[in-house]
Formats: sequence, structure tokens, C-alpha cells
Amino acid sequence: MSSKGVEDYLKALYILSRNGEPISTTEIAEHFKIAPASVTEMLKKLAKKGYVKYSPYHGAHLTSKGFQVAEKIARKHRLLERFLHDVLRIREDKVHSEACEMEHALSDEAEESLCRFLKHPDLCPDDSKIIPACDLPFSTCEECVELHKKDFEESGRRQQIPVSISQLKKGERGKVSFIRGEHKVLQRLSDMGLTPGTEVTVVKSAPFHGPLEILVRGSRLALGRGMTEIIFVEAEKE
Amino acid sequence: VTQKKLIIALAGNANVGKSVIFNYLTGLHQHIGNWPGKTVERAEGTLSFKGYTIDIVDLPGIYSLSTYSLEELVSRKYIAVERPDLVINVVDASVLERNLFFTLQLMELETPMIVALNQVDIAKRKGIEIDTEKLEQLLGVPVVQTVATKGIGISQLLEMAIKAIEKGQTTRREVRYGEEVEERIAKITETLQGIQFYYPRRYVAIKLLEGDEEIAREIAKLAPQAVNTAKELTGEIENLHGHACSTVITSERYEVAGRVARQAQKLVPPLKPTAEERLHNLTTHRIAGYLIMISSLLLIFYAIFTFGNYTSDLLSNLLNRLEPLSTNLFGTGIVGSLVWGGVAEGLIAGVTVALPYIIPFYIVLYFLEDSGYLSRIAFLMDNAMHKIGLHGKAFIPMMLGYGCNVPACLGCRIMETKRERTLAAFVTTLVPCAARTVIILGLVGRFIGIQWALVLYVFDLFVIFALGRLAFRVLPGEPSALIMEMSDYRRPDLKTVLKETWFRLAEFIKIAFPLIIVGSLVIKAADVFGLLNPVANLLSPVTVAWLGLPVITGITLIFGVLRKELSLILLAALLAPTGLQALTPVQMVVFTLVAMFYIPCVATISALVRELGGKKALFITLFEIAFAIILGGVALRVLTLFT
Repeated sequence: MSSKGVEDYLKALYILSRNGEPISTTEIAEHFKIAPASVTEMLKKLAKKGYVKYSPYHGAHLTSKGFQVAEKIARKHRLLERFLHDVLRIREDKVHSEACEMEHALSDEAEESLCRFLKHPDLCPDDSKIIPACDLPFSTCEECVELHKKDFEESGRRQQIPVSISQLKKGERGKVSFIRGEHKVLQRLSDMGLTPGTEVTVVKSAPFHGPLEILVRGSRLALGRGMTEIIFVEAEKE
Repeated sequence: VTQKKLIIALAGNANVGKSVIFNYLTGLHQHIGNWPGKTVERAEGTLSFKGYTIDIVDLPGIYSLSTYSLEELVSRKYIAVERPDLVINVVDASVLERNLFFTLQLMELETPMIVALNQVDIAKRKGIEIDTEKLEQLLGVPVVQTVATKGIGISQLLEMAIKAIEKGQTTRREVRYGEEVEERIAKITETLQGIQFYYPRRYVAIKLLEGDEEIAREIAKLAPQAVNTAKELTGEIENLHGHACSTVITSERYEVAGRVARQAQKLVPPLKPTAEERLHNLTTHRIAGYLIMISSLLLIFYAIFTFGNYTSDLLSNLLNRLEPLSTNLFGTGIVGSLVWGGVAEGLIAGVTVALPYIIPFYIVLYFLEDSGYLSRIAFLMDNAMHKIGLHGKAFIPMMLGYGCNVPACLGCRIMETKRERTLAAFVTTLVPCAARTVIILGLVGRFIGIQWALVLYVFDLFVIFALGRLAFRVLPGEPSALIMEMSDYRRPDLKTVLKETWFRLAEFIKIAFPLIIVGSLVIKAADVFGLLNPVANLLSPVTVAWLGLPVITGITLIFGVLRKELSLILLAALLAPTGLQALTPVQMVVFTLVAMFYIPCVATISALVRELGGKKALFITLFEIAFAIILGGVALRVLTLFT
């Protein structure tokens, strides 16, 4: 099985997943437009490698190992989409298929340079999904721009890629580990108490993708989606 | 005996009860203006105490003393340059850590200060008990517990303030950072020796490390060496910590605030959620929240316009009885009709809109604001406002607009960027103010049916949305996202509510009244000299041919520029003896639509000029004239199809 095949499957599970529920074989088959039987076979192989948890009749979901790989690929995919769209001026409806081919060939180093070159974008161009955070140990993009020339292998990479707080569910908690955004926004957020390492609790979100209510240092804040999408946390495991 | 003069400034986060304390201290002896050359409000008041005349300056509610907003910069400069005798830092006891973050920054400014630990009652209900003595000891600054809404602790606060000023302050602790940062602060401070600057040296050193642009610019003129050294040292800290230097310093400052808070407070969270908590959950609930919002807003509008209609009639009847008096004094000639028809009627119309509609509306609105409900509405409406390129907070000036567009336009200052202020002011001018509501209810509501008046209201919302979206597309730039604190619900303070209402009313009187009177006079003069009919005839291609209205509506629409509701009153008079019934239902709807949108009134235009500048104000005005004419004509043709 090629690494491209593995990556494509993991990415599909990543996109199809909702709230950690298992995804049925049929759904995956429909996504790839292939027979369910070959999907089952593939899932078994992935399970053996520890990327997914698979149980017949219920379906499959990503393990944290699989999630990491999938997130990385999703990040490369969406960054490439931005590049194709913003720089090469390729039409919005065409960037997806192009990026699908290129994502597997893009090295991590090139991905990081691409991110800096594009000025660390928030969302992908075609369906406005969040571009996941990288695994560099910085707490802001400013730091990345200033310090990336230093050998960061020495300072180590993140064990766990932080997730955007907009992806946390009601009642979930996390520690702020990375904020994407320009200086003024960063200043404002840290003045309100959202400094790296701070614990935040998601209380609720307003309907129709509205703002998030969070608790920070004993105060209750409302953060619009544009804010929540740039604040990344290390989610706390129960 | 000449009394000694003192200046005390109030500083603190937003929603901590700072203005309640301000009102307690100064009573009616206060005035609101702007900081020189800035669109930031400055409130000042005086009181006498123990042989002192004390000037109290209420600084804007802010979360930090960085340069994020104009408010922060103004406050910081005021404290450092004007050097008030004392700063009273109002702190919300129920959110101690976040509030202390600001307290620490005041301490770094090395200003004489005391802390008013306010809202201890709310804190207690949340299970937060604060040891005042311990806090005093940790900060080295006197602390007084207060419950401003009940007047508790205010006189102790004042006594403590005087004591602190008389004694001079020596005990204030220094905010200490980590070893790596402290070493470098010391190095920069050395390079600053012998320099005269309004900020303390240590403060300058810290701010240079944080990359504060304002201070770097000023210091570059005095000691360029210091700026270069700071740049180098900033790089060192970044290499050591692997984080941006400003992040390192903010984090460490928050760490200190957290440590002080933890040592000074005891937490015993209540088992059951408090009443405030439950109210918060209910009013921000994904379904119940919206139902409560819509029904309470409808109820408020209904109550105010029923009340307003009644009192407005009463008032105008009363005031119109003065006409014979005017006739006696000035006669019925040109002078007489100018005095009565121009000046007096202008005044009467202003009064009959301001008193019955605007005042109760603002009282209710500021009641909601002070209780904390408006921030919940902003939370619920954030998403909808995003569709027109604004965030939830913009809903607040829009609601003000239902009373009067003038204070609403000024209220758009709460938006963070220039682009958002422009957008918000534009949509605000489309909101039907009290005067326009008078037309909608008095013409369509009265003669066609109240449900049709409601349809027009809903249609107005649709127009706001559509034109807002259009403006969002036209104005370049990214919309900024909402960052807003939702502080706990609290009992509103009547004095604060009345004061806010009074200041909004003062804005209305100051801007709108003179324009209304002068305008009335000009148009009355035109009337007296027989210039109105020619103008109406000149407008007839638009009014008659395109809009299908009687010729005389041209005159009334000119009057409407002054005050919208006047166009209806005048129309009724000009259509005598049949009155408004002379119009067909379609004409009524078309006339109302045009009157709603065709131009912001003269007072609103002047508010727009103040806030956005002449060019944008002119553009908005011209756009709305064109839009209303097109809309009216289209409405006529569509409606005729169905009747």
C-alpha cells in the first residue's frame, strides 16, 4: 500500500468524522466511489498499523496517531489550496483536485516555508475550513517568522498538534499553546488574559456558527469565530 | 478661605462599577466632553471634602495600558503627563486576577494610587472571599472594599484617598519579572540615566522590551542608544525563551497577578449556580435566548410608542396653546409667522419627539446596558452582524438608532476600526428612529392597518441587511472579530442610567435643536416669500411622474430633511380639508417608504460629518436620496400590479 493511499484514507476519515463517532464503511466507499469490500480490506490494514480503530458493522475512526498524520496532510492540502488560489490565481473550484495531487509530495520543510510565505493564513479558499496548526514549538506566528532560522529541531517539535478552540465541544478544556494572527490581535488577546499556557474552558457557542463563550482566569469572554479560529489549544484529555 | 485643589483619576476595566463610583462622588457636578483632539469621551466632576476641592476624572474603561486602542493611550498619557494627585483603581472583586493585571500596570507607572475593591457582594455570591489586608500587603497599596451600587464603602474610600495623598505613598511594591527579564530591564535603565521623560525609567525599559511603538518613537529622540540596546536585549530574551518578548512579559505579569489573586482570595464555589448564572444561561440559550430577546425588544418598543404617542399629543396640544400669545406679541405679519412658524414650531417639534420617545427609550436601553443584558444581545447577534461585515457590538448603536439616529451615530465609536465605524454609522442611519416611527404608525398603521406597519418594519430590517452587505463589499478590508467580556448580571444603578440618558439627550439637544430651529426658520421664510410652490413644481417629475404622489408632497419632503415626522404633520395640513385620507393606500405606502429612507435628517448628517468627515457624510446622503427615489418608484409599480 502506497503512502499516498494511506494518507488519502486518513484524510477522508478526518474530513468525514463528526464528534469522534465511527464512520461507516459505506460512507467511506461513497466518498471514494469504490466498492465497500475494498474499503473494509483497506481499513483492516490501517488498523494493523495503528492509524485507525476498526470494528465490523460499526465502522472506523482515527486513533490519535492517525489523527496526527491526517491533520498534517489536511494542513498541507489547505495551504497548497491557498497558494494555488492566491499566488497562482487558479480558479477556486480547481484548486482542490490540484492540491490533492501535490499534498503528498510536499516536504515538512517546504510546508513551513509555504506557511510563512503566505503569511500564515487562517482558512482555505474553497470551503473556508480552518488550516490546522503546525507542530513547531512557537506560541505565535510572529515568533516563527523571527526565530525560524534557528535550528528548531534542537528545541524539539510538539508531541501533540494543538487544535483550534472552535473545535472544542461544550464543557471541554484546553491550554492555550499557539495563536495565529497579527500583533494587535495578539496584544488584545493576551491583555484579556489569553497568554500561552492559560487554561480556557468552552462554555457554549451561539447557534449558526456564532461566537463562543469561554472562561479565562475567572472571566467570561465572548469570542467571535474569527478569533476562535486563530486560538489553538492543547486539549485536555479526561 | 481658599480651598486646596486636588485631582483624582478613576481607572479600571470596563463594567467594574467605575461610573457608579464616579456618580456617587460627584453627583450632579459633572460634565462630559472629549479629550482634546480625540474622539474619546472624558468625564469630569468636582466635590468638596475635608477642606479640599477635588476634581475627579473618570478615565475610559480599559483592560490594559498598551497601545491597542486610543482609550488606552489617552489614559496612560494622562496619568504620566498630567500627574493626578492620586489614581483610584476600581477593581472587580469577582474577577480579581484579570483586574489585577491592570492594577500591576498602574503600579508600574509609579503613580500614587489606592484600590477600590468593588462588587464584593457579587464576588461573595460566587463564593469568592477576599482578604483585604493580605491584598494590601501583597500590593503595598491601600485597598478599600466597596459595593458602589449600594453606596457602601464610598466615604471610607474618599477618606483613604485623602490620607494617601497627605501621607505620600512609599509602600508600593515593585512588579518583579523573571531573572532573565529583570537583568535586561536593569541594563536598559542604565542607558536611560540622566534622561528627563514623563514615564518612569523602569517603565520605559519594560515597554521598550515589549516593543511599545509610541515609547520607542519618543525615546529614539532622547536616547537612541537605549532603543538599540533594547532591541538587542529583546532578541536575547526571545532566544532564551523561544517566545516573543512581549508575550513573555505579558505572561509573567499575568503570573504575578494570578499569584497575588490566589494568595488573597479564598474560593468556595457555591453548589448551585447563582441566580445571575442561571439568568445568563437562559438569556444566552440557543433557543430561549432569542425568544427572550425578540419578545423583550418588541415589548419595549410597543410600550414606548404607546406611551410616546399619548404624551406627544398631550404635549403638542399644550404647547400649541401658546400660539395666541405669540400672535399677541409679534402679530400675524412676516415677523409673527417667522417667530411662531419658524422658531417656536421648531422647538415644539423637538420637544414633542425628545420628551415622549427619546427619553423613555434611552432610560430603558441604558437600564439594559447597565444590567449587562446588552452584551448578551451582542453575543446572540454577532453572527447576523457578521453578514454585514460588523461584529456583535455594532448591534448596540443600531438599537440606539431606534430612538434617534444622532446619538446612535456618535455611539458607533465603540467599534474598533475606522472601517467598522463607517459601516456601522451607515446602517444606523437606515434604522427607523422615533420620528420615522411616527410616520409609519401615523400613516400606514393608522389608515391601512397595524400589520402593514409591521411589514414595513420587517422590510426595513431587510433593507439594512441588503445595503449593509453591499457596503461591506464596497469598503475594502477584513472584518474584525468580536472580543467582549460578558460580566455578571447586576442590579442596574438608577443614577448611572439617568446620567447616561441625560448625556445622550444633551447630544441630541446640542446637535439637533439648533439645526432644527434654523432650518425651520429658513423654510418658513421660503414659505412666506412664496418660494415653496415653485420648488414643489420643480420636483414634480420625481414626486408626481415617478412616485405617483401629489405635487405638494415635494414641499413636505423638503421639510422632512429637518425632521422626518414634520413631513407627515405638514402633509396632513396641506391636504386639508380631507386630510391624509386623500391619499390612496398605495400612495401612503410609497410616501412612507420614501420618508423612511430618502435622507438622514439634518441633525444626523451633521453627526455623520463629525464622526466620519464631510466626504463620507455627503456620499451616504446622496446614496440614500437616490436609493429612496428608486425604491419608491419600484414599490409604486409593484403595488399597483396587486391592487
